Amino acid sequence: MSPINEAADRNAAPLAPGETQKLKFYQKGTHTVGNRLVDVDDRAVQSSLDRSNALTCGHRACQGCGEALGARYALDAAMRATGGNLIAVNATGCLEVFTTPYPETSWQLPWLHSLFGNAAAVATGVAAAMRVKGRSNVRVIAQGGDGGTTDIGFQCLSGMFERNDDVLYICYDNEGYMNTGVQRSSATPPAARTATTPAVGDEPGNVFGTGKSVPRIAVAHRIPYVATATVADLHDLERKVVKAMSIRGARYIQIDVPCPLGWGSASHDTIRLARLAVETGFYPIFEAEHGKVTAARKIRKRTPVVEYLKPQKRFAHLFKGGVEDPRVARLQAMCDANIEEYGLVDHHDDDV
Amino acid sequence: MFEVRIHGRGGQGVVTGAEMLSVAAFLEGRHAQAFPSFGSERTGAPVVAFCRIAEKEIRLREPIAAPDCLIVQDPTLFKVVDVFAGLKPNGYLIVNTNKSFADLHIAEIASRLPKGHAVIVPATEIAQRLVGRPVPNAALLGAFAALTELVHLDSVAHAIEEAFPGKVGAANIAAAREAHANVTQQEIDAGVAHDHAAVL
Amino acid sequence: MLKQIEGSRAMAEAIALCRPEVICAYPITPQTHIVEGVGELVRDGHLKNCEYINVESEFAALSVAIGASAAGARAYTATSSQGLLFMAEAVYNASGLGLPIVMTLGNRAIGAPINIWNDHSDAMSMRDAGWLQLFAETNQEAVDLHIQAFRLAEELSMPVMVCVDGFILTHAVERIDIPDQADVDAYLPPYEPVQSLDPKDPASIGAMVGPEAFTEVKFLAHYKQTHALKLIPEYARSFRDRFGRESGGLLRGYRADDAEMLVVAMGSICGTIKDVIDEMREEGFKIGLVTLVSYRPFPLAALRDALARASDVVVVEKSFAVGMGGQLADNVDGALRNLPVRPRLHSAVAGLGGRPIPRGSLHRLFRQALVQPWEGVHFLDLNERVIGREIHRTGKNRRSGPTAENILKQLAGGRPAEQGRPG
Repeated sequence: MSPINEAADRNAAPLAPGETQKLKFYQKGTHTVGNRLVDVDDRAVQSSLDRSNALTCGHRACQGCGEALGARYALDAAMRATGGNLIAVNATGCLEVFTTPYPETSWQLPWLHSLFGNAAAVATGVAAAMRVKGRSNVRVIAQGGDGGTTDIGFQCLSGMFERNDDVLYICYDNEGYMNTGVQRSSATPPAARTATTPAVGDEPGNVFGTGKSVPRIAVAHRIPYVATATVADLHDLERKVVKAMSIRGARYIQIDVPCPLGWGSASHDTIRLARLAVETGFYPIFEAEHGKVTAARKIRKRTPVVEYLKPQKRFAHLFKGGVEDPRVARLQAMCDANIEEYGLVDHHDDDV
Repeated sequence: MFEVRIHGRGGQGVVTGAEMLSVAAFLEGRHAQAFPSFGSERTGAPVVAFCRIAEKEIRLREPIAAPDCLIVQDPTLFKVVDVFAGLKPNGYLIVNTNKSFADLHIAEIASRLPKGHAVIVPATEIAQRLVGRPVPNAALLGAFAALTELVHLDSVAHAIEEAFPGKVGAANIAAAREAHANVTQQEIDAGVAHDHAAVL
Repeated sequence: MLKQIEGSRAMAEAIALCRPEVICAYPITPQTHIVEGVGELVRDGHLKNCEYINVESEFAALSVAIGASAAGARAYTATSSQGLLFMAEAVYNASGLGLPIVMTLGNRAIGAPINIWNDHSDAMSMRDAGWLQLFAETNQEAVDLHIQAFRLAEELSMPVMVCVDGFILTHAVERIDIPDQADVDAYLPPYEPVQSLDPKDPASIGAMVGPEAFTEVKFLAHYKQTHALKLIPEYARSFRDRFGRESGGLLRGYRADDAEMLVVAMGSICGTIKDVIDEMREEGFKIGLVTLVSYRPFPLAALRDALARASDVVVVEKSFAVGMGGQLADNVDGALRNLPVRPRLHSAVAGLGGRPIPRGSLHRLFRQALVQPWEGVHFLDLNERVIGREIHRTGKNRRSGPTAENILKQLAGGRPAEQGRPG
């Protein structure tokens, strides 16, 4: 038995000589994906010793920061896809602040921060400059958190989409204004406690029936490529970034990045929570091209939303005194609706 | 300096008229300044445009309060706007109409001006016939050239051509020439030919 | 080449001669004809190698310009009034990042009440944003200032706002000399950025700066503007040498040498004031004008020298700070601050929201400054009857309704809502 297979599945029956086993990246027990034991071609960019480390070590992110992971995964993949011909434009936010405390920087690619709400437009300008200078091989990524994307940067984002400018916009979605002390954004889920949706009163936490799905709005712009991704699935994330970089025009990727500080979760639970967000149907992972949803990442082990909510203090009020708030059922219904809408579970092997 | 104020309605080419007049003066080596009354103009709304003509640089930026010449592109404005405000006692008046000053109830005002300084021109009628659209501005510039002799008809024609190259321009030039001839004939009929020319 | 054309068209042609590489356009009256003009010049091939981007707001317009400029492209945009306010955050950002963007400001009032006509409130709102602000007196100067602006901006790594009176200049058709491409090329070298985004030499631009360095960064921006005080006249001189006419500079005098009364003003009103000065000189008044071209940087020393020998200075400006007074007068006061013997300063606000500034009113203003000087700000041609009535009306009734609408009603001869609604 090869070490690769061994790593893939310690519980599998021994293989006969010459027999090969299809490797599954979803690995019970270790949950390690993108590791250095699989075939070179199957390895994640992150597993490569010559990854660019576009966002290198020494930055000031919190322990277990999902955004830092997401940004490094995405930019390293994009760096590889473009041969290092990449410029990043950053909206104001955690990512900007923790990476560039003057006079230091963690960015090993050309990087520009202008304002909170204009990253998409600034990126348009950079792309235009590259085109006019005859350097269209240099590609542009705009990146920001959910506040800078779904709220204050929304108009510039929509304008960039509508013009089909050659920009990949990546939104690191941690579902709130974490940089300013955890306030509600239009990406904050219902019932979540934030500093501006406190867990007090008759309807504690964020209000049901509010918020917006920017991925869906991006799809409605009929731009060439839209995807959601998660730091829990490195291969999927990297594949989507690489695919996005193979396309010209406006592209949008929104990555679910748990925030231990804002969510009230343990630093070591970042990946686990990101995975639970997928497995519960809380955060549908899909792709769309030119206005049509083309693929969805199936749920492997359908999980009740309670499993996702319980490790997060922002939802603690839903389980106060050991009594489950009826609104948990509404959140479950929300997940079920996502599963239905995006076909996240194949009915024949639905194991819930 | 000679100051012209043009009154009309949005869509009648008032601003373009003032601009073409300034171009005609420019072509004759003069300084000219054309500017609109700066509104969010809508079709049909009263519009004013101005044109100054001078031998030296024009520095003045105020609207023309005391014009040397009034061009009225739409006689229905008499009821709406104080068109005659500030018109100099020795000024000129051109009214686009196929009625008489008496019919328009402005005979008294017209008679206060020096003899031969006030004319009526059926500019809309001419434009409708020659251009196919009721846009009287070019024709009125032809009338202006005849009445004031401040710019030559050929300069007016050049200015029109510059603004509207091709067939549209040619038709408008024809309208200007007809209006010019119309006014010249009126002057001959009234025995005032060539004793009324304006000076800068 | 001499042309009889609209100011906006002339500016568009001048901007095209400067070979901008990225132009961002969002329409607002009265700036529209300029961006339409450059758009046409890009489309019809006159301006080659240029990306013309129709954006969704002024905020995006300047943001696109910021991205383009930071990536090493010569970038241009234009706006007016509310548009400038909407891009305010980016206005400060562009200067903070040291990006040599050139922007035309078609000067227009700021609402409410909404008003599309000319004054200088918009420019004044961004006077402290770290841009150079140059005011054009004529359309010829507007053309020339754009050419100088790109050179100044790129030499200083600092954005430049060319302020042009909306409608009065932008929509006026007059005789304008459009320079030759070869002369502009000789005057304005290609853009050589001091920093740019380049994968070959990755730099982080726009990092956070804390208390330990912020003062120094800001001081250096101020230092650059003081350096601009030297460059602006220098570039105006080299402009004159190449193009054969005076345009730009910090300020210039008109019949100022022996003047006992000096008027200080900016923009197109200076033309009318010159005519008034000629008329008053005929009557024996020793009056002259100082036209201020560079409002930022503010030429304190040059202005002090220009005004020091006058006995009276009348500042005529098209803007004021509500609750304080004229910004220009305030700055002029700063220039006179430490003179042992200083002229009397008279502050007048005129031409707000497009109100015409007729010669007659200026005659009266300048005479009044001599015989009946006033305290504070004088509002030229203020309709005091309307004001009195409105103050009286609003004083009588708590729910007195909207002021602007009531004043319009008064002016139209209708009855103001005297009683209002029962309150």
